[in-house]
Amino acid sequence: MIKEQRYVREVAQPKRRITLLVFGVLIVFALLVVRLWYLQILYVDKYRALSENNRLRFLPVAAARGALMDRNGTVLVGNQPSFSLTLIPQEIQDVEATLDRLAKLLGLDRTEMEDRWQKGKGRARYYPVVVATNLSRDQVEKVEENRLRLPGVEIAMKPVREYAFKQSAAHLLGYIGEVSEKELDSAPYNEYNPGDYVGKNGIEKAWEQELHGEDGGRQLEVDSRGRVLRVLNEVRPSVGNSLVLTIDERLQQAAERAFGDKAGAAVVMDVHTGEVLAFVSSPTFDPALFAGKIPTDIWEKYLKDPRHPLEDKALSGLYPPGSTFKMITALAGLEDGVIDDATTVTCTGSYTLGKATYHCWKRGGHGIVNLRSALKESCDVYFYQLGVRLGIDRLAAMCRQFGLGQALGIGLPGEKKGLIPDTAWKLKRFGKRWLPGDTPPAAIGQGYVLVTPIQLASMVSTIANEGTVLRPRLVREVVDADGKVLKTFAPVVLERVAASPADFRLVKQGLYAVVNDPGGTGAAARLGDLKVAGKTGTSQVVKLGEDRKRHLAYQYQDHALFAGFAPYDNPEVAVAVVVEHGGSGGHAAAPIAGQIFRAWADLKKPAPRPLPPPADRTPAEPAPAAILPPGQTEQAGQPAAEEQNR
Amino acid sequence: MIDRRLVTNYDWTLLGIVVAICLLGIMNIYSASAPYKLVGAPYYLKQINWMAAGLLITLLICSVDYHLLEDVAYWFYGFLVLLLLAVLLVGKRTLGATRWLDLGFFTIQPSELMKIGIILAFARFFNNYQVVGGLAIKDMLYPSLLLGVPILLIMKQPDLGTAVLVILIALSMALFVGLRWSTVFSFVLVTVPVAWIGWTSILKQYQKNRLLDFINPERSRLGSGYHIIQSKIAVGSGGFWGKGYVKGTQAQLRFLPEQHTDFAFSVYAEEWGFLGSLVLIALYLSLIIWGLTIARRCNDRLGALLAVGVAAMLFWHTVINIGMVIGLFPVVGVPLPFFSYGGTSMITSMVGVGILQNISMRKFMF
Repeated sequence: MIKEQRYVREVAQPKRRITLLVFGVLIVFALLVVRLWYLQILYVDKYRALSENNRLRFLPVAAARGALMDRNGTVLVGNQPSFSLTLIPQEIQDVEATLDRLAKLLGLDRTEMEDRWQKGKGRARYYPVVVATNLSRDQVEKVEENRLRLPGVEIAMKPVREYAFKQSAAHLLGYIGEVSEKELDSAPYNEYNPGDYVGKNGIEKAWEQELHGEDGGRQLEVDSRGRVLRVLNEVRPSVGNSLVLTIDERLQQAAERAFGDKAGAAVVMDVHTGEVLAFVSSPTFDPALFAGKIPTDIWEKYLKDPRHPLEDKALSGLYPPGSTFKMITALAGLEDGVIDDATTVTCTGSYTLGKATYHCWKRGGHGIVNLRSALKESCDVYFYQLGVRLGIDRLAAMCRQFGLGQALGIGLPGEKKGLIPDTAWKLKRFGKRWLPGDTPPAAIGQGYVLVTPIQLASMVSTIANEGTVLRPRLVREVVDADGKVLKTFAPVVLERVAASPADFRLVKQGLYAVVNDPGGTGAAARLGDLKVAGKTGTSQVVKLGEDRKRHLAYQYQDHALFAGFAPYDNPEVAVAVVVEHGGSGGHAAAPIAGQIFRAWADLKKPAPRPLPPPADRTPAEPAPAAILPPGQTEQAGQPAAEEQNR
Repeated sequence: MIDRRLVTNYDWTLLGIVVAICLLGIMNIYSASAPYKLVGAPYYLKQINWMAAGLLITLLICSVDYHLLEDVAYWFYGFLVLLLLAVLLVGKRTLGATRWLDLGFFTIQPSELMKIGIILAFARFFNNYQVVGGLAIKDMLYPSLLLGVPILLIMKQPDLGTAVLVILIALSMALFVGLRWSTVFSFVLVTVPVAWIGWTSILKQYQKNRLLDFINPERSRLGSGYHIIQSKIAVGSGGFWGKGYVKGTQAQLRFLPEQHTDFAFSVYAEEWGFLGSLVLIALYLSLIIWGLTIARRCNDRLGALLAVGVAAMLFWHTVINIGMVIGLFPVVGVPLPFFSYGGTSMITSMVGVGILQNISMRKFMF
């Protein structure tokens, strides 16, 4: 009975509840109306005045970008103030007249200013539009003097990049430029405004998020003449974080000097950490030019130069590794038991497989060679035979363990993967079977094989440290504006090559012979006190006879390569050098590598102590010890003796 | 088999109110986008297309008895949950949030449709779940699940604005069904300490910042409060009579943010003044009250529940949007139904109107 009554009430209740809901809605809407009355009737005068006098102005204050430093803390890229001319849309009455006046007063290009104005004015009425950048102090003063006649014109200060070492390491550091319209529409740049500067290439682009910092600004209320009445809100800009790079600027410059005006790339890598100590791509360019408008003639010069100065050859240049590749072929042969150090081959100057004949670079032949002498003299016939006995797939498997044919993940835009061919690849790429005749060229790093200089450095570094493939790294630390370390980066092991230490040592002995034994092709990299090991390479750009080549145009000349490490007994550093169209590796690349090793060893010397007073100077101090890297004294003492014995 | 009474019972009042708001909106969008350079078709023309499409949808929804909606309610709801999952897995990422699903021929925003989904699901649930003396705590288990799953998925996108609206719609419907005081109290007793503990000791500062940014996107940005200041100046300076059509200085000089979408009301209030604002607010008030009247007049529980849900959806959108524009609420990206430019909002609101129309037309059947 009671339950029934309740049920009746329950059915009646929704109607009552709807009445309640209607009341609720009425109350809330009444609140809205009261608020509108408050704004539009009670305080109408206040808001009328504000709207008629709406001169809330927003002045952005650009954040300084973080600096780029080398491993010793030397600033490579810092900031300096730059002044630009801005117009504030809401305050300009007569744009045409103002632009005329500015062009006359400052001697600026009127059409360019107009162009920038047309592009920029659409954002917001209060937001300054940059119409000219890089004003001189003189121009800034002229604007300040004529302030009253130039309503709506403001000078904005912005920090710009300053390159302490000019063109040095330009490809690595990259450059900055105005954010493009396309970038503004993409996710990482949503918070940016037109006219902002962003990294466009190299480290500047890859580390944009860390480097950029956060722009600040001031919200001002100004009167009709542009005088500031009060600051409504102020947000200080926060400086971007700085990066400590792995390169050593002194070594970088030495490497660049060694390279001279030749085209190509050189990479110096620490074999234990993967840190890149020098990163040369030659010819280089001036990164400072990219921050402003590049003069057309210089831009044309860069674009038309057959040696492509803007291309980062160390990272995206693809070259056949030529004979430097033989160290991999040798290791694969040893590891798979196809050869040992006693295996000999008779080189008659050519090798015949089926109907095809493959020549050794030495037409007369090398006679009987074993692994050590085949590497030393770079005998092609030895490696043709080894390659054929191995088969391309076993060779390619070894290459893949070394990280060849794939990106090493260095973290810069434009890294290329290179190419390691095998049967599956050829079938997929060309739809054709791998022919036996494809193998001999691949075994000596020709044919389809392509590597980048950074891969070449990583490859020889892996030989040097006996099997650890490290990711090449460019950044050591991220530090904030106060120098506090925010992030440090540890070495990253990408792969451990499955080959025995004994096999590695046999290959390394061969590489030692290349540089140090009489008749070795890499003699030009020999240094007296520092034992260098390495391999030269001369890779064909076109297939032609030796004598005809001498008369050929630059772009058909062979590439010269050298890949090596030092010290031989306890490797620390790996160097890869590629000289585009430089001719033979032994003549063009090995001397450059030698100079780089020399510079590296010199930099490792303990800093010269201040000279003690003459009386205290002991003549007995051993001279050679000072040249040797610390901790290497004993081992390095031996080769000198060995050399004398010979 | 179209019943003739259906035609004679067509709810012209409802249609009239909606069309009136739409037309005011289109007129306003014309003014709001006047100072902008044209890219593609003008916004007001596109909005006319959206309105036409929306009206067509209301007709489609009218053509089937709304009791059929009850049968498909859970299917529709489940389908939307799947779509929300799909958004998280393969959704299109724009502006730091993944809300859109690219179906190849067009993109949809499942979280927006979930507003309708929750109305249908709750209506079906409460229609078959009659309680005496209001909902007790134990009665809240299933509704909480029904609400919780999509809310979590929407928050994950993240889209706090939509999540809050879905919750408000669901709470409004529960309130209509009736809550026991004990339920209300325990809800408060649980929510407040959990929120407090979460805020003070579980959330990290960056998470708190992120939450605050959700609630108020202008918070951390430079020129914080700028938009609200400008919007208040626009509304206030309109005065009693307004500055006249396409004469609002705040709008025409582009001081206002998003002036054809979320801040459309501020353009309108500047140009048409207090008088114009009253007219528009009166239209919204009559729309919502008409919706509730449909709920009252309809003699079955399902219809009442559906109508209350739709009315709640329109109510919360209107109040939150206008409240934001006149500085009563923080900035949340909620559009004004039928008035702000945008297809998604128009379609969702029109689906709601279609449901109302459907119920209104069939009230004679009971």
